[in-house]
Amino acid sequence: MTAELVLQIVLTVAAGLIGVGLFGALSQQTIVMVMMGLELVLNGVLLAGGAAWYFLAPELPDAQVLVVVALVVMAVEMAMGFAVTVAFYRARQLDMIDMASDLRG
Amino acid sequence: MLSDLSGWAITAVAILGVLSVAAGVAVFVVDSMARATFALLASFLAVAGILLALDLVYLAVVTALMMTIEMAIMAVFMIMFMMNPAGLMPMTMVHNAKGSAAVGAGVFVLLAVGIWTIDWPTMNPVRPDDSTRQLGEAIMGSHMLVMLVIGIGLFATILAGTVLATARGRYDRLGPGLDAEHPDDPVPGGLRR
Amino acid sequence: MPEQTLAEAWGLVPAVLGIVAVGVVLGVVVAAVDRVVVFGASGAVVEPIRSSARLLAEQRRTTLAPDRLLWRIGCVAVPTLALLSLAVVPVAGRTLWSTSADLVWFNAMEALLWAAVWLVGWGPNAVHALTGGYRFLAQGLAYELPLMFALITAGLAAGSLRTTDVVAAQEALWLVVTMPVAFVVFVAGAAAFAFWGPFAAPAEADIAGGVTSELSGVDRLLVEAGRAVFLGASAAMAAALFLGGDSGPWLPGPLWHLLKTLAVVAALVWVGRRMPVLRPDRTVEVGWMVLVPLTLLQALVVAVLVLTGFYA
Repeated sequence: MTAELVLQIVLTVAAGLIGVGLFGALSQQTIVMVMMGLELVLNGVLLAGGAAWYFLAPELPDAQVLVVVALVVMAVEMAMGFAVTVAFYRARQLDMIDMASDLRG
Repeated sequence: MLSDLSGWAITAVAILGVLSVAAGVAVFVVDSMARATFALLASFLAVAGILLALDLVYLAVVTALMMTIEMAIMAVFMIMFMMNPAGLMPMTMVHNAKGSAAVGAGVFVLLAVGIWTIDWPTMNPVRPDDSTRQLGEAIMGSHMLVMLVIGIGLFATILAGTVLATARGRYDRLGPGLDAEHPDDPVPGGLRR
Repeated sequence: MPEQTLAEAWGLVPAVLGIVAVGVVLGVVVAAVDRVVVFGASGAVVEPIRSSARLLAEQRRTTLAPDRLLWRIGCVAVPTLALLSLAVVPVAGRTLWSTSADLVWFNAMEALLWAAVWLVGWGPNAVHALTGGYRFLAQGLAYELPLMFALITAGLAAGSLRTTDVVAAQEALWLVVTMPVAFVVFVAGAAAFAFWGPFAAPAEADIAGGVTSELSGVDRLLVEAGRAVFLGASAAMAAALFLGGDSGPWLPGPLWHLLKTLAVVAALVWVGRRMPVLRPDRTVEVGWMVLVPLTLLQALVVAVLVLTGFYA
């Protein structure tokens, strides 16, 4: 099996994760589930970054650094997401994003 | 050109890939919030397994470490906020499911077309001896700016998250004159300050 | 360069079986030492084996509407993770498999335990078990960061995250001499993630056994054995990282490592059994306000020593 074929299979898996995550982030009504969708998207990014490093440019560290940044973005997203959920729940006893539509600017 | 990956590794990557997407789908299918959280964790662990096969040991292990802790915390929040934590009363909490499915599928098709039509430059890359060392030297050397920005970003996140999540200020803790001997906290903490 | 791993030296299947056997022996040793400290010497080695056999034969009881899938996963995961963490502990100078990030691997297996223990608490759909699971998470938040810093300090001195490199770096001087804080934090962290001794609040009597309250038969055996193997593996890891591993005069290396592991187990059990159980709501503040600064200071001292060429 050629390296290119393996790369394409792995990237297709990453695209699948991104597609599923996007579906979840757009369709779910509760904030925590929306975050899980976003996490799945970032999971796809992790995989694509790792595959890009291994098959395309292992001599450069850039793809690895990209994966580290994606991991940090996940951590920040989680922390801020939970903080917003807690603040929102404290204010309104709600955790549904549809109930926050009045926050639209 | 043959890939450096052995047949075993390719098989493992394929199985783990299917597993990660299947677990990702399960997140939005299962009723129980605990199961949804741990399905997401399974998806992360499958991706970590693929990274392990791709010789990215450090990133694989760090992904597993961070995501497990995240998901354990996530489970607490899921059960705290969701109406149906254990899936004993099935309910759907979605909006615009068809449109979202169309967007998700559309993005997947778009990416897949790109992935399978581009001529990828996979010719004879030079592999480093140790991917962990390569990453370490990059973030402490040529890519240090990235690390600095990450550090400041995480610090800002800690502050902003705490400010958003807590409803109590110093006057709640130490009284109107800020002169209470011991702060009045809902959970006293271990140091008897 | 990395030396041969056990898997390369013995073949994969014998090496894995060997590590499993070492894990089981370490678990029995921890249980036996615990019994000696608590009850005196009678039947110390036989009793853990006898009660294991009894649990194997015991019929499982169940609860109303348990989440059986997650419960089973959690119970199986605890001993599996303990054995996986043992994969990067040097046995007879070699690890089962060697990566460039062994220390992070060990840490990740222990982090996966967060999920496993919480699942053991969640699975039976019972209030005491779930309370135990939440207590474990609360304690986890307290011990995780100091434990990470302790592990990374050892890697910092050796200039490598590979456990065999860390052992090799201690030929002249045991690392515990320059990093006593990291050593103590590591051993305390080991007790904490096995929720044992003073950190046993997740399985304490005030919540009827907590995460273990609804376990029976094979499930209880798996979780209890997993805790014991985790303690034994951590003691072996502590001996390898901080006490020079297999270095020592006269005796062969593996025997020295075994003796040091036994000494760590004995000290851990002897001290741990003499301390009261800490309240889990008190641990986070201690972890973050005392242990995190202390371990960071320890890492700073070691970093300065590395720059002066002390470990070279």
